[in-house]
Amino acid sequence: MPKFAKKKSSEILEGDLTPMIDMTFQLIAFFMLLINFSEVDRAEEISLPSSVLAIPPETRPDYQIILNLEPGGSVKFQGEAVPTIDGMGPIFRQEINSANREGVSNPGDIAVVIRSHQDTPTGLVQRLISKCQDSELQSFSLRVKNQ
Amino acid sequence: MKLSSEPPEEIRLNMTAMIDIVFQLLVFFIMTFKVVAMEGDFTVKMPLASVNQEESMEDDFPTVINVSLASGANGIIQSIIVDDDATFSDPNTMYAQLTKVIEEKLAGEGNPEEGKETEVEFDIAPELKYRYTVQAIERVSGKILPDGSVKKLIKKIKFKDNSGGA
Repeated sequence: MPKFAKKKSSEILEGDLTPMIDMTFQLIAFFMLLINFSEVDRAEEISLPSSVLAIPPETRPDYQIILNLEPGGSVKFQGEAVPTIDGMGPIFRQEINSANREGVSNPGDIAVVIRSHQDTPTGLVQRLISKCQDSELQSFSLRVKNQ
Repeated sequence: MKLSSEPPEEIRLNMTAMIDIVFQLLVFFIMTFKVVAMEGDFTVKMPLASVNQEESMEDDFPTVINVSLASGANGIIQSIIVDDDATFSDPNTMYAQLTKVIEEKLAGEGNPEEGKETEVEFDIAPELKYRYTVQAIERVSGKILPDGSVKKLIKKIKFKDNSGGA
């Protein structure tokens, strides 16, 4: 009968975790800086037209309204779909009041960002702009995908 | 006084809980991370009618170039008409020709007087797909030179109100 070696007392093996923790914290810092919680403003299903000359906004305006216009004419605003452009009136009034509370008293200073699908008839975009003008909004940006 | 000669005990912190939480955070951020394409803006000034009149008087009536975009079947662009005297209908060259005409018109004006900047007013067929409109706006806004730099052309862009026809 073979003789088994006498079992040695087991030691706890401890690797040096410092580099792993360093790297993990760096990764967390990286992802924390890049995370964007304003995704709700932009509807991902909207395929924007592309352009090489469009200028990425350098500064964020004091107050902005992002309108996502779908080819059928429905508007997505802050994650909620409004079936028709004509239904945007109360939302604009609400946003103007909200801007006023934040110190933007002139509706003309509110930046309206239009994110329209590339297949939307331009007439709908113009109708949306016209609807904004009914609420005294005057500053518009047409958002496109930067190539 | 007698000092203790025993070596100090090594203090060991239990890192398990912290590593657990840190990894959970890491997984959360990795799962929610989304690569978003860069987006840019074309600014369109659409002042209200009353404000427009006041500004026009202040600006001493800026030169306006009228660009009409006509739509064919299925909202595809059919032709571009500039100031009713130049019509482009070849889909392969119409946008390049538009840029060329805008450049010529700007060059013909020389240095515009202060406060008298040229602007383009688009008259767009309501059924025209938005992508063609953006392409036209891009072509009047500027052009990319062979060395990769951008030559800016028109800054002020307006839409003629065709909203009722859509």
